[in-house]
Amino acid sequence: MNRKKLLNARSIEITLNRLAQQLIENHGDFKNTVIIGLQSRGIHVMHQLVGILESSGVKDLAHGTLDITFFRDDFRRRDAPLQPSMTKIDVLLEGKKVVFVDDVLFTGRSVRSAMDAIQSFGRPSEIELLVLIDRRFSRELPIQPDYVGRQVDSLDGDRVSVEWQGPEAKENAVYLEIGEHE
Amino acid sequence: MSELSVDHLLGIKYLQAEDIKLIFQTAQQFKEVINRPIKKVPSLRDITVANLFFENSTRTRLSFELAEKRLSADVVNFSAASSSVSKGETLIDTVNNILSMKVDMVVMRHPKPGAAYFLSQHVDSTIINAGDGAHEHPTQALLDSFSIQEKLGEVKGKKIVIVGDILHSRVALSNILCLQKLGAEVEVCGPSTLIPKHIGSLGVRVSHDLQKSLEWCDVANMLRVQHERQDLKYFPSIREYAQRYGIDRALLESLKSKIVVMHPGPINRGVEISTDVADSDQSIILNQVENGVAIRMAVLYLLAAKRKISFQN
Repeated sequence: MNRKKLLNARSIEITLNRLAQQLIENHGDFKNTVIIGLQSRGIHVMHQLVGILESSGVKDLAHGTLDITFFRDDFRRRDAPLQPSMTKIDVLLEGKKVVFVDDVLFTGRSVRSAMDAIQSFGRPSEIELLVLIDRRFSRELPIQPDYVGRQVDSLDGDRVSVEWQGPEAKENAVYLEIGEHE
Repeated sequence: MSELSVDHLLGIKYLQAEDIKLIFQTAQQFKEVINRPIKKVPSLRDITVANLFFENSTRTRLSFELAEKRLSADVVNFSAASSSVSKGETLIDTVNNILSMKVDMVVMRHPKPGAAYFLSQHVDSTIINAGDGAHEHPTQALLDSFSIQEKLGEVKGKKIVIVGDILHSRVALSNILCLQKLGAEVEVCGPSTLIPKHIGSLGVRVSHDLQKSLEWCDVANMLRVQHERQDLKYFPSIREYAQRYGIDRALLESLKSKIVVMHPGPINRGVEISTDVADSDQSIILNQVENGVAIRMAVLYLLAAKRKISFQN
């Protein structure tokens, strides 16, 4: 499989910093905003962003994690993942501005499920979507991001993977894996 | 493992340790769900569940019904007292009639051991055993072990004593099997008339001395004295039973270590367990009830996942 590096650690850092500045532009002191990372891959992006925002002077930034397993639209249809991850939202979202954070936006189905799931915590006044990678032309639902790290044009059989430094990867990086297609 | 190895929940006997762990992991997340401001998820919105109770039940039935509704399933209820069973209809006829109404899953409690297994062999529907005679009550055992895990961190290596009427108890058998699969040590304690003769063959310790058992254990699961199943006298009087096999504050405080006290309910206050013990911080009785809903949601969800939707006729 042909594997191409799209972003290295340095460019991810620059991109995240830009995204954080765009958030500050729109949300000011974040008093009425809650940042929600989507399980499981969006959590890393969310924590990095929260770190940058806090070091830029944002105080008491409300944030949490949301798991969408029980709200998926492919339950009982194929081998959909069953095992849920942790949802941790300690604030009521009624009337709040919510920003969903995910690593890769592909078909848009996870985001649809997330919009459904988030209603269990109250009715947000608005929901925005921030993604590190937007795979253009692959949407199956009418969903578009408000903040985009990098746009990627890829075909159906391809895979975009975001790796975070840890036991499984040496450094932060985004790869495009070219799959087999006609 | 991300899928159960079984298509029905007939008894703990048929489960592997991995299945139990998967149910616990899923229940953990459902516990978070039922503490949200809006306590409902849409997973089972295209599933219809029939609750067939051929024997009385309050909490198991409520707990299942709540679990089903929290998962957005459609629910039909049936109880033997108000049904055609009292007109002489056989079990299989009753159930086939209900299944003709396109029911996907059946939760059944029945006075005869093996009724759930029998049903699973004859109808095309997912069966969950909610108690079959004195045989098994798998969801109760799962929620008991889950509550122990929650309180003590893990079940493996823990010492659990099950006290009371082991002979008539489906909770006892399911609990023994479940705890052993998770790596706990189990002892049963009660008057010799209420301990089955060959229980030792299950690999459990047997005791008739409550004080000694409590000194040994980390957790005491106090079973209810089942007056309704006892066709003859197994002990001289309730008072004598309470004195020898009931827990009260004084007994609990005389122990060297602080043990956890459980009860599957409904409690005969002052018989198995005194009021001050039932309401103390060592008792996890109400946690068991809350965990019961989460465990049943996990079981329903994981079994429903095995019924793939087919869009072909």
